[in-house]
Amino acid sequence: MARYILGRLAGLVFVLLTVSFLTFFLMYNTPGGPFDELNQPLSPEAKANMMRKYGLDQPFYVNWWNWITKAVQGDFGMSYYYPNTRVIDLFSKYWGSSLMLGFLSVAWSFPLGAVLGVIAALKRNTIVDQIITTVALVTVTVPIISLIFFGIAIFIIGLKWFGFNNGQPLYHQPPNAWVLPAFIFGLGTVGALARYTRSGMLDVLGQDYIRTARAKGLSRAVVIMKHAMRNMLIPLVTVFGPVLANAITGSTFVEITFAIPGIGRFFLESIYTRDYPVIIFTVIIAATMLTITNLLIDIAYTLIDPRVRLGGGH
Amino acid sequence: MATQNLPVQGTPSARTAAKSAAIAEYKPLSPAQLAWRRFRRNRLAIVGLFIVLVFIFAGVFAPVISPFPYDKTNLFKTWLPPGRDPAHVLGTDELGRDILSRLIWGARVSLIVSLAATGIVVSLALLFGFLSGYFGGAWDYALNRMFEVIGALPGLLFQILLMLLIGNGILQVTIAISILGWPGLARLVRAQVLAYKERDFVSAARSLGATTPFIMTRHLLPNIINPLIVAVSFAIPGFIGAEAGLSFLGYGINDPLPSWGKMVGAIGRYLSSPNYLYVGIIPTVALALLVLGFSFLGDGLRDALDPSSDRARL
Repeated sequence: MARYILGRLAGLVFVLLTVSFLTFFLMYNTPGGPFDELNQPLSPEAKANMMRKYGLDQPFYVNWWNWITKAVQGDFGMSYYYPNTRVIDLFSKYWGSSLMLGFLSVAWSFPLGAVLGVIAALKRNTIVDQIITTVALVTVTVPIISLIFFGIAIFIIGLKWFGFNNGQPLYHQPPNAWVLPAFIFGLGTVGALARYTRSGMLDVLGQDYIRTARAKGLSRAVVIMKHAMRNMLIPLVTVFGPVLANAITGSTFVEITFAIPGIGRFFLESIYTRDYPVIIFTVIIAATMLTITNLLIDIAYTLIDPRVRLGGGH
Repeated sequence: MATQNLPVQGTPSARTAAKSAAIAEYKPLSPAQLAWRRFRRNRLAIVGLFIVLVFIFAGVFAPVISPFPYDKTNLFKTWLPPGRDPAHVLGTDELGRDILSRLIWGARVSLIVSLAATGIVVSLALLFGFLSGYFGGAWDYALNRMFEVIGALPGLLFQILLMLLIGNGILQVTIAISILGWPGLARLVRAQVLAYKERDFVSAARSLGATTPFIMTRHLLPNIINPLIVAVSFAIPGFIGAEAGLSFLGYGINDPLPSWGKMVGAIGRYLSSPNYLYVGIIPTVALALLVLGFSFLGDGLRDALDPSSDRARL
């Protein structure tokens, strides 16, 4: 186990090196730069000085390597756009809203999706099942910008139940500002979870040990609660990874349309201003989250399902 | 089966004769006919097929059927709501452009991007899936590393950076959304190749002197194609949504070409007034409809092409 985890962590290092290299390549080769007229009006000499100070007169791979050597010491640099501000401080300022939005949406969508999936499986091939699977399919496939726009049209403009955020951090706001974004952000998760839970449950209910449990006289309720639920956890873990990573890194579209000052929106602003240190830090944090949740999921599999052995054994 | 159920009348001998004639002309159904039979039973799938065909028709004949050029502005007729002016059935936008025409051209853009992305993704998936599944070793290793790196890239953030570098446009969006989409499918192909390459019929073909390309195209490909079709039909909604999302943010289709995502994004500034809502609602509905059409179609295809997954809808 320990060896497996060490191996995966080495893989993580490789992944992060590659991802950061790609990001530096893209950033440094896009037209426009952090000290252009548009972002910071400077005289040509001052601009050249700034470029030299931040090493922007060097090729991207030199900057990449410099960034790596500093990053491993925990130094992620200063923002180009906000003077004398560390990237980490900027990030933690915006992260709160994204985290809150993510966890609020997981908090309602995960339990509801799981319950709907179980109901659909138990009522298999009835009208209830058909309604649940169809609604789940709809919420999974309709793009988030459509969901957002329907939400705004119905609940903000039509029914006037909620308002737009005023750009302040979400955690200083009344529920009026975060209920609708959390609802919309969670919709896709409800659908995905309901579908996975349903198929996982159907899979389990078809197993011999369920029939045995029923045959030895256990009630349907006991069989479902004790025998089926535990095994149904396995498919749930699969969905949990992407959902969690998404919740941590925030949804750019929801943050933009509802004026929530989160990481997604901040990333787009940093792209306008070509604030390279912020861009690379956001990408690396997101990549780390994705990789680590994937690792945790693989470990969780072995804890839930003793049949799964880590590393090899195909 | 249709011939078997033929009402047979007349004397017993005539009946026997008719029966044997019916048996003589009875032809076994081909797999495609069987699949179509299963597909037809799924009412939602037929609805999905119909929606998709309508949009494809609109996209293909966009230059013929759209009442106005998509970029024709008319500053005397801005913000016409639907139905006000018989010349503009769905109204006009802030520049007086005909919304119906832009919607039709938007369908063309959306379909071109999503179908081209599908083509790229399927080709890459088949190529790498075959190489790593059939030959294993270094190919397998390379595919796994690429899968890890691409899986760790925060999709939207990376696509935006890439679009900045290569610029807006149909081809560019197609590249940006397909570059992250193929490893999942490649793994599917790899798994199918692994499952079939040691089967007896493949060994038999090889012992008869069949070449590797022959085995791949004649023996392995037919066994891979069905799950691939199903996976692709679920991937297309994702591509449509990704294009709309990037265009919504301003990193997608170049002006003056219309895109549904761009049409939704343009309304952002005018959201304060419910009078302008229709400009955003119309493309949102089109987006949702087309995406749902594809996923209902995909659902039907899964039931039709993979009878073993019968009703165990994921």
